[in-house]
Amino acid sequence: MAPPADARLQLETARLTALYGRRAVVKDVSILFPTHTVTALIGPSGCGKTTFLRCLNRMHELSEGGWITGKVLLHGEDIYDPGVDAVQLRRRIGMVFQRPTPFPTMSIYDNVAAGLRVNGSRPRAQIDAAVEGALRRAALWDEVKDRLRHSALDLSGGQQQRLCVARALAPEPEVLLLDEPTASLDPTGTQRIEELLHELKTRYTIVIVTHNLQQAARVSDYTGFFYLGDLVELGRTEELFTKPTKHQTEAYITGRFG
Amino acid sequence: MSVRRLRRRLVSGTMTTLVGVLSFVAVLALLLILGHLVAKGASSLDWSFFTKNPVPAGESGGGVANAIVGTAIIVGLAALIGLPIGIGTGLYLAEYGSGRLGWTVRFVADVLNGTPSIVIGIFAWTWLVKPMGHFSALAGGVALAALMVPMLARTTEEMVRLVPHSLREAALALGYARWRTSLRIVARTALAGILTGCLVGIARVAGETAPLLFTALGNLNFSTHVLEPMQTLSLQIYVYATGPFDEWHRMAWAAALVLMGLVLILALAARWALRSRYGAAR
Repeated sequence: MAPPADARLQLETARLTALYGRRAVVKDVSILFPTHTVTALIGPSGCGKTTFLRCLNRMHELSEGGWITGKVLLHGEDIYDPGVDAVQLRRRIGMVFQRPTPFPTMSIYDNVAAGLRVNGSRPRAQIDAAVEGALRRAALWDEVKDRLRHSALDLSGGQQQRLCVARALAPEPEVLLLDEPTASLDPTGTQRIEELLHELKTRYTIVIVTHNLQQAARVSDYTGFFYLGDLVELGRTEELFTKPTKHQTEAYITGRFG
Repeated sequence: MSVRRLRRRLVSGTMTTLVGVLSFVAVLALLLILGHLVAKGASSLDWSFFTKNPVPAGESGGGVANAIVGTAIIVGLAALIGLPIGIGTGLYLAEYGSGRLGWTVRFVADVLNGTPSIVIGIFAWTWLVKPMGHFSALAGGVALAALMVPMLARTTEEMVRLVPHSLREAALALGYARWRTSLRIVARTALAGILTGCLVGIARVAGETAPLLFTALGNLNFSTHVLEPMQTLSLQIYVYATGPFDEWHRMAWAAALVLMGLVLILALAARWALRSRYGAAR
């Protein structure tokens, strides 16, 4: 792998357009995601922010009719290059979804270990350590350490979502993608996840899609505003929320539409 | 206002009573059959019924040990052949069967599902019994497997489709390859449902008679040789019930009771499997 031109630019998209069949839902978007920062993507429903996120770990192409043009560079290497194995790639980029998706047939322990085991066998002790580490980083260890063998379905919704964060962290990804991770959680669960993001950004580069503007303002360093598939504006979060340069951005963050 | 309310209550009450009576009729039929079987058959059930082979006509005593063992062997053969093919087909249909081939396979499975079992028996006779030159338990097992496959394929497909799409995506996003997602996550989540489908399928073919008339044929002696004719409970019931002797009729009732009991046990096992640990896809 070629060394990145700038070590601080871990992930970037270059003129990325995402399509379903002939319909473009993300249009010509170029964003730089600096290492160890949180970038929030906001915008009204159907603006393409989730599709954009799914392009970053090549999940979009699994949808019926999904394809892209442009580039997504991880450390300067195009992840859409024919030589890149999408399955291998997804082990380097973790993802957490809108609703908690614990594997119902697996225990808490096995859920967290799932991403490790799929990547070749390793010693038991190593998996134990990785599972504990991931659960600690997801702030769930203390709540589940005595019942690791219980079904993951025994957990509450908020715990299940943190379990999904732990599952995504266990294989030590470089980037963490979050698609409205608190959409189905109560305020307490939401708060836990947001606190978590502050901890996690010291180790990972995070991209979070959210409907909640306050959340974007609270957790992110950079914010991008999507509207109808276009990236309207991207900037430092405090700047975007206090003095947006585009009229549409201002209208959206002041609640006049969307 | 109150007239309308009265009317609503009247209609509601009538409908509730109606569906109540109809379900009672359905359950009553089952209870009558069970009760009749117990009344007619239970008295003939003793240890020798399960352990002895049939005796020549006219003599009393004897049992249906050969038929019980034969049923187990032939249904076992059918399961051995039918389960992997049926489950595999169902997985294929659910996970990859959106194209033209999937449509065709689904259509063929539906047609086969509706084919009378005696027709399946004739085919098994044409393709197995005739070329081999003799009737055999193996041909019977194949015929029953052919009955089981389309049923299992469609049940498995249904069960796998019940697994939420989000679970599949979660596995793929974790770096699972597609085949691994299908087997390790989707199929495992649907496992209880698939298992139930298997047990129901086995229970259904265990009582089949028509396809066995042309294939396993029946055998008055004890045989465990799969390339020879073999007796099953259903064939035994057919022979005894259509025979002229009272003793035979008595035995037929008892054999029917045993067969029904076996099916009941399988059905209960299916229920139990569905409730087992970690739940299913619902």
